[in-house]
Amino acid sequence: MSEVTPWSEVLELARPATVQTIYMVLVSTLIGVVGGLPLGVWLHMTSPVGLSPRPVLHRIISAVVDVVRSIPFVVLLVVVASFTRILVGKAIGSTATIVPLAIAAIPFFARLAANALREVNSTVVEAAVTTGASKMRIVRTVLLSEARAALVGAVGVTMLALIGYAAMAGAIGGGGLGSMAIQNGYYAYDDRVLYSAVVLLGVLAWGMQLLTDWVTKLVDRRRALANV
Amino acid sequence: MITVENLSKSFTQNGSRVTALDNVSLDVPDGAVCGVVGTSGAGKSTLARCISLLEKPDSGSIRVDGTDLVGLDGSRLRAARRRIGVVPQGDSLLRQRTAAGNVALPLESAKVPAAQRRSRVAELLDLVGLSDKASVYPDHLSGGQRQRVAVARALAAKPSVLLADEPTSALDPATTDSVLTVLDRARSELGVTVLVVTHDMAVVRRIADDVAVLEEGSVVEHGKVLDLVSEPGSRISSTLLPETDQAEPLRPNDRSHDVVAEVVLVGFAAVGALLPEASSRFGVELSILGGGLTRLGDTPVAKFRVGLSGERSESALKWMIERDAHVRRAPVSVDGVAA
Ligand SMILES: Nc1ncnc2c1ncn2[C@@H]1O[C@H](COP(=O)(O)OP(=O)(O)OP(=O)(O)O)[C@@H](O)[C@H]1O
Ligand SMILES: [Mg+2]
Repeated sequence: MSEVTPWSEVLELARPATVQTIYMVLVSTLIGVVGGLPLGVWLHMTSPVGLSPRPVLHRIISAVVDVVRSIPFVVLLVVVASFTRILVGKAIGSTATIVPLAIAAIPFFARLAANALREVNSTVVEAAVTTGASKMRIVRTVLLSEARAALVGAVGVTMLALIGYAAMAGAIGGGGLGSMAIQNGYYAYDDRVLYSAVVLLGVLAWGMQLLTDWVTKLVDRRRALANV
Repeated sequence: MITVENLSKSFTQNGSRVTALDNVSLDVPDGAVCGVVGTSGAGKSTLARCISLLEKPDSGSIRVDGTDLVGLDGSRLRAARRRIGVVPQGDSLLRQRTAAGNVALPLESAKVPAAQRRSRVAELLDLVGLSDKASVYPDHLSGGQRQRVAVARALAAKPSVLLADEPTSALDPATTDSVLTVLDRARSELGVTVLVVTHDMAVVRRIADDVAVLEEGSVVEHGKVLDLVSEPGSRISSTLLPETDQAEPLRPNDRSHDVVAEVVLVGFAAVGALLPEASSRFGVELSILGGGLTRLGDTPVAKFRVGLSGERSESALKWMIERDAHVRRAPVSVDGVAA
């Protein structure tokens, strides 16, 4: 029992680990959305139900997105390691982990975004077409605007997936709560550290879900009462 | 002014070809309201979608105010679209925008400055009677109110033509009336030419000047409502005018009358005075055996089966025909005796 790590030490480990995880997840989500949203719009626009159907191109983009999406994250982590080294100078640590996280996030979010856009009522889109609006305008004022709640939801789902991926990356020196759980907890036979990290990951995921729900409610005007 | 000539459109549906429109020609004069009626699947929406430039016809031409719109591309297509206001079939409002925001959409496409946009939106919401709902989201509007917003939106960019596809389907009669009133005002106050697709004859009865009947992709009847109603045997006539006792076939005469005829009277003067005047002028006894009075738009129209007795019955009928009554005489049977 004298082996048990005191809470103060656990806290010392947990604080930077939590910050690192949040940092990795937020930055890679941001890159995922910035890269994935245009890709998702492109996927939707070129689809048979989109505004500029391009069947062959659509199938190619679709295949690329799905192939990258289906690579297990641990494999991706290893595969892109040399690229990561070129980009950030090292292959371990939280900043280095952002590279594979972002690469995973882009097609992940793109697919979710394309699905969200497909749910926009086609009559509404056609009504906008008949006003003489350009495609770009329709994307902005109709597709993205009408799908906003689903898109925010997709950001949330992406963030949750990235928390899991970031934890996985911890196993091979990715930093954050994952490293704390595996390196400092599991390998060190320190249950208190291990379970503290697990609980913190859970709390983090839960918090991000709450945040997503709150933002969704904020942007979704459908059931808003008249704002006189 | 809408001119559709020899329009054809077919779709390939799981391998088989469906002809939605087969050589359709149609024209709607400036400032007129034309109803397009027909059963489900007749091709009404396809016609409306072709004229809305949402569907490319296989052949034929569509002209609005003389300009051919088939085959336009890019910015010229977008400019042409601004001259055609469209109320699509079904729910078409942006749910994330208020009523006012929806009406503003075409003005944004046309790059109208914000200040002008606001005043135009206010004008249009006033036209459709929804000024107090400007900042309400579609989910909080009733079906009829949503349709009126859709009409206001279609009219926002001052189109010369308004197309409405089933604007009153799934609405109760009172709500239907509010939507039709709005379409009627669009024609009378803004002078737009209106094409309204419907399966509901009440719509035609209430606001249409012209009507086209579509059946399996072809126009089977087309013309002015008031002309078609007086054509014996027209579908429009038989659906819009009162029944004159179908059970009993029209006979040249029977025991109590010298002549039996069906008379269609159009307009206040004819409906009000023609029958009594004929009766007194020719000294014939005139009795109404069936039929009744209805109203098409603002015009009263009557269809009666009348029995005339008296020596000058034939002259009385002839006199009525000269005064634009539409009279259908029973064919004279061989022996001249009532069947
Ligand atoms: N995009 C399409 N693809 C395949 N077939 C179509 C398409 N649009 C219409 N059709 C077919 O064309 C025919 C006419 O359809 P349309 O929608 O014009 O009928 P409608 O008169 O508007 O019917 P409703 O009163 O039900 O709205 C139907 O047989 C329909 O199945
Ligand atoms: Mg239809």
